[in-house]
Amino acid sequence: MKGLLIRDLSLAVRAGGGFGLGLAFFLIVTILMPFGIGPNTSTLTIVAPGILWIGALLACLLSLDRMFALDWEDGSLELLATSPLPLEAVAGVKALAHWLTTGLPLVAAAPVLGIVLNLPPQGFFWLIASLAIGTPALSAIGTFGAALTVGLKRGGLLLSLLVLPLYVPTLLFGAEVARRGVEGSDAATPLVLLAGLTLAASAAMPFAAAAALRVNLR
Amino acid sequence: MPKLRAMSLWEYANPRKFMATSAALLPWVIALSAICLGTGLIWGFFFTPDERLQGASVKIFYIHVPTAMMAINAWAMMLVTSLIWLIRRHHVSALAAKAAAPVGLVFTAIALITGALWGQPTWGTWWEWDPRLTSFLILFLFYLGYIALWEAVENPDSAADLTSVLCLVGSVFAIVSRYALLFWNQGLHQGWSISATDGEAPVADVYWYPAMISIAGFVLLFVALVLFRTRTEIRARRLKALITRERMA
Repeated sequence: MKGLLIRDLSLAVRAGGGFGLGLAFFLIVTILMPFGIGPNTSTLTIVAPGILWIGALLACLLSLDRMFALDWEDGSLELLATSPLPLEAVAGVKALAHWLTTGLPLVAAAPVLGIVLNLPPQGFFWLIASLAIGTPALSAIGTFGAALTVGLKRGGLLLSLLVLPLYVPTLLFGAEVARRGVEGSDAATPLVLLAGLTLAASAAMPFAAAAALRVNLR
Repeated sequence: MPKLRAMSLWEYANPRKFMATSAALLPWVIALSAICLGTGLIWGFFFTPDERLQGASVKIFYIHVPTAMMAINAWAMMLVTSLIWLIRRHHVSALAAKAAAPVGLVFTAIALITGALWGQPTWGTWWEWDPRLTSFLILFLFYLGYIALWEAVENPDSAADLTSVLCLVGSVFAIVSRYALLFWNQGLHQGWSISATDGEAPVADVYWYPAMISIAGFVLLFVALVLFRTRTEIRARRLKALITRERMA
């Protein structure tokens, strides 16, 4: 399990692994937003939490189709399926690796982009907390989507159609935490709900992903 | 106990049996549905008084409420048939789920459109980010994703498996989204209008009877469409098998 995690991480970090890609995408999406909305700082303050959350969500989505596709092409997914490690654990480790290479850098980059978007100082803590707690759910749910579409020719587009509706509750609670943090009202309740969502998704989604992988490997 | 076995639901897992029974049943269902829809809608549209506050716009009720109910029930039916496919591997069940999806999609779209048409004169807006409205929009997206996955996977058994898993996971997320939306925004939409648990019926009898008949009509319409489409799917599957056999020979 540890070996698989280290393998996935090193594959992602090395050249051609697309490690910085999600992060760069997040940066560009967030920087483009003021061009669409206008440079008015008070408007940006209102929309900043939502933009950062949508940006994080799209950046997560971008790297999902690589999660199983490369292993599928070179046959290492079959090797993993026949290895003593259960497929559920493989899916869980893949989700963890995806989060470490995509979600975690986004959490680290969010404060910088918060400054760019004129996020008020009291909002930073809640924004980072919501992203840190919410993005693992995005990776876990995304693993299921990637497992469903592995081996399909036009999988990428279908993947977004399948995964985005599943992201609704996470996005909703995450952006709610960040928004309430900015407003200074009680943000702990949605944060707890978001944490519950993340825990439930990380516990249950590997099983659904493994079921889908078994069908696709048949 | 041969007699009891003959009455079992699982008999219809046999496509031949399903085809025979559905062929006998289909004209009746279509006729009943037409009668109910005709009676309910004509009664509702022409022989009920205008509502005191909403005027004639209330008459869209007879389409909006039944289609909205069926939009949710179609997904519930797909959930049950998906489970039957996953557990007992009955092909008819998987094909019925496939057949129900576009019908559910269209019902969802009709409910959304009639809701917008009704909301414009009564609420003064076509669209509001109300939990009920938004969850219907999300349901619409779930239907789209489900149908797209059926279309994308080539192997029919894999497609049935994957869409069934998606249906199960989607159901959980649809329910979570529904309650998450309640947290997110307070609604403009009124509550559940059919049940009358608190003593006073929210809908007066004049409107109630035609509404019940048109709901029955839409349920029958759904059954007829799903039977029809399932028969088409079974025939398409048979045709494909025949063509493959021809090629092999």
